[in-house]
Amino acid sequence: MKMEVMNGFVVVKDTFKGGVHPKEWKELTESKPLEIMPLPKEIILPLQQHLGNEAVPIVKKKDKVVLGQIVAQPVGYISAPIHSPVNGVVKDIKSVPSPFGFPKKSIIITPEDSETKQFFEPLDPYTITSEQIIERVKEAGIVGMGGASFPTFVKLTPPKDKQIDTLIINACECEPYLTRDYRIILERTDEFLAGVKLIMKALKVEKAIIGIEDNKPKAIEILNKYLLSEPSIKLYVLKTRYPQGAEKMLIYATLRRVVPAGKLPLDVGVVVQNVATSLSVYQAVVEGKPQIEAILTVSGKGVVEPKNLIVKIGTPIQEILNYCSGLKQDASRIIFGGPMMGVPVFDLRTPVIKATSGILVLTEKETRRGESLNCVRCGKCIEVCPINLYPTKLARLSEFGKFEEALKLGIMNCMECGTCQYNCPSDVPIVHFVRIGKNKAKNLKIS
Amino acid sequence: MEQQTVESLQEKRLKLGSSPHIKSPFTTEKAMYYVIIALIPCIISSVIFFGFYQLVVIGTCCVFSVATEYVIKKLRKQKITIMDGSAFLTGLLLGLILPPNYPLSHCALGSIFAIGIGKEIFGGLGFNIFNPALVGRAFLQASFPVETTTWVKPKLAVDTVTSATPLAQFKFEKVIADVSHLFFGNVSGSLGETSALAILIGGLFLIIIRVANWEIPLSMIIGMVCFQGILWVIDPTKYANPLFHILSGGFLFGAFFMATDWVTSPITKKGMWLYGIAISLLIVVIRNFGGLPEGVMYAILLMNAATPLINRYTIPKIFGEAK
Repeated sequence: MKMEVMNGFVVVKDTFKGGVHPKEWKELTESKPLEIMPLPKEIILPLQQHLGNEAVPIVKKKDKVVLGQIVAQPVGYISAPIHSPVNGVVKDIKSVPSPFGFPKKSIIITPEDSETKQFFEPLDPYTITSEQIIERVKEAGIVGMGGASFPTFVKLTPPKDKQIDTLIINACECEPYLTRDYRIILERTDEFLAGVKLIMKALKVEKAIIGIEDNKPKAIEILNKYLLSEPSIKLYVLKTRYPQGAEKMLIYATLRRVVPAGKLPLDVGVVVQNVATSLSVYQAVVEGKPQIEAILTVSGKGVVEPKNLIVKIGTPIQEILNYCSGLKQDASRIIFGGPMMGVPVFDLRTPVIKATSGILVLTEKETRRGESLNCVRCGKCIEVCPINLYPTKLARLSEFGKFEEALKLGIMNCMECGTCQYNCPSDVPIVHFVRIGKNKAKNLKIS
Repeated sequence: MEQQTVESLQEKRLKLGSSPHIKSPFTTEKAMYYVIIALIPCIISSVIFFGFYQLVVIGTCCVFSVATEYVIKKLRKQKITIMDGSAFLTGLLLGLILPPNYPLSHCALGSIFAIGIGKEIFGGLGFNIFNPALVGRAFLQASFPVETTTWVKPKLAVDTVTSATPLAQFKFEKVIADVSHLFFGNVSGSLGETSALAILIGGLFLIIIRVANWEIPLSMIIGMVCFQGILWVIDPTKYANPLFHILSGGFLFGAFFMATDWVTSPITKKGMWLYGIAISLLIVVIRNFGGLPEGVMYAILLMNAATPLINRYTIPKIFGEAK
């Protein structure tokens, strides 16, 4: 393993096997400070903004709601409450397009100008207990902001038989274009690191690692300066490579621990949290603020003025794009998230949710797909697959309905990072077929 | 600045598509054209050693390959794919492994067979089991054995160089060709195969730009050094040294341009090593113990047939799967 300690941080060159390095395009927004977007004309709050059960609304049409007030209650263990991001009136509760690609029942609020707010009571981060932090994270409705939007409190309460020894903070931001976590590190270093320490306290771990890619020298410099007096938090500088932000890859890159197939990071004693999540934990505990904002990057070659924004959750992307001076002539595809794993939207009223990390407007040229050629068995998908799967075969098996065989070849291990298809010279829609295959194979297992 | 309002885009309709939304700039078409570029040194060497007429030989193969693909695609009412460069490449490769001054009618026939039976009958690009150019060459060798083994003395020949190929000369007369002649290509042989220098320039270019893998050529060379080396150590009068075998005949051309063909070679790294070593073993067996002086073509074709099997048994271990 090639690891060396330089100026206090650890440099890792051979981070994980496979992966690609797409053009980053981070220069579009990396020097733009976080900007607070003014109140939108409408707020649309999907009842499901997290993995697990949909929350249940506890407000009715025409009810007045207050900033920070809880408007939907969680159901079951894996779920999260939703708070009103504005003062206003509930206009309607109905199904509208969501960032998941299909309509979801949502609470629609018309904002009103008012100064009132209903936050939690601020807690002292020095005297707080582990249980108090977890409770606050739960009631503040914090969900993971790395992509999967898993309720954070669940990750902070590992089963009793699992011994957690390390917290890893994912600061890779390996998707092209996105610069949100980078800006948080630059501008909110204190709050972010305080958040990291709160999570460490909640997990009762002594050691934390911040994994960051070497394409962010300014962030590395700042973190390094702050961490000189924090021996419990180590900075790992990793060679830039997609998908380094995937939990299993990041754990391997930093600790050289292999998460067994089908298992979770906590099975190897690790919990991974995202930069933005750490900041939210800080805000919930120290400021008493529930998760009512999303910090995101609006970028892409199709948007006139790319920006890093702090927006209220529920803001329709139409208003966000208008705030960024609109679109260029050749804009053609709008995506929630990064260009490798993001979900495209078909309706501009689609709202931002808690886990939204970016809104990208890609141009016709960038996304244009020639018709795909046949697979030429070049093996470039195998070469880059971080999980070591046989992508082209899995796609072919799914295409022809041989789901059982695909299951045997480990199709369920695919995390749909898109590395194979990005690298495919014939542009075979591998991920598309694998997704279908995973869906079918999943049902096979149950039956 | 050209600009459109957000609302007008909605009217124009947003385009959807599943992730990933971006793609690396490297495409199969580009790869085909890179291989064609990499073959330019070989084309030049064939002109230097065998004259300008060879361009007509190679050209005929290319024209008939592309035409055959066009006609077949038309007949089967499929999308015309001649612009992907693969049919042209097959013609070019076939032309370069034919003897100098090869009859043009045979060139045409070989090309038609290579594309028709070698490639399109299986369903076109990506589906063929055997390397189409080698299928064409094998067909010609079987159909016209005399013309396909009639060699020409290179243009820059000195007295010591005869019209027999170095491999045949060794096999039947136990005469070893001069290494520098073999390296530069001043020996008799197939058009593109004689000059090791030209092949190395093109082949290394392909490896550097990552179109061809390095595993197969390297494993073939290592295999040749080992297997032929054993024989040579046992009896140097009866068996030629490994360097001679690497530089002569179609070994290098086969290693860099034929065995590395994406479609017909194994897809996994482990499989590539196995494949390369097995090819060199077959070549050693055919060249030393078979009736023919040359065995690269048959060795590669045989291993093409074994490729699906190799792929099946060399599936990589999944990350995190129990050892």
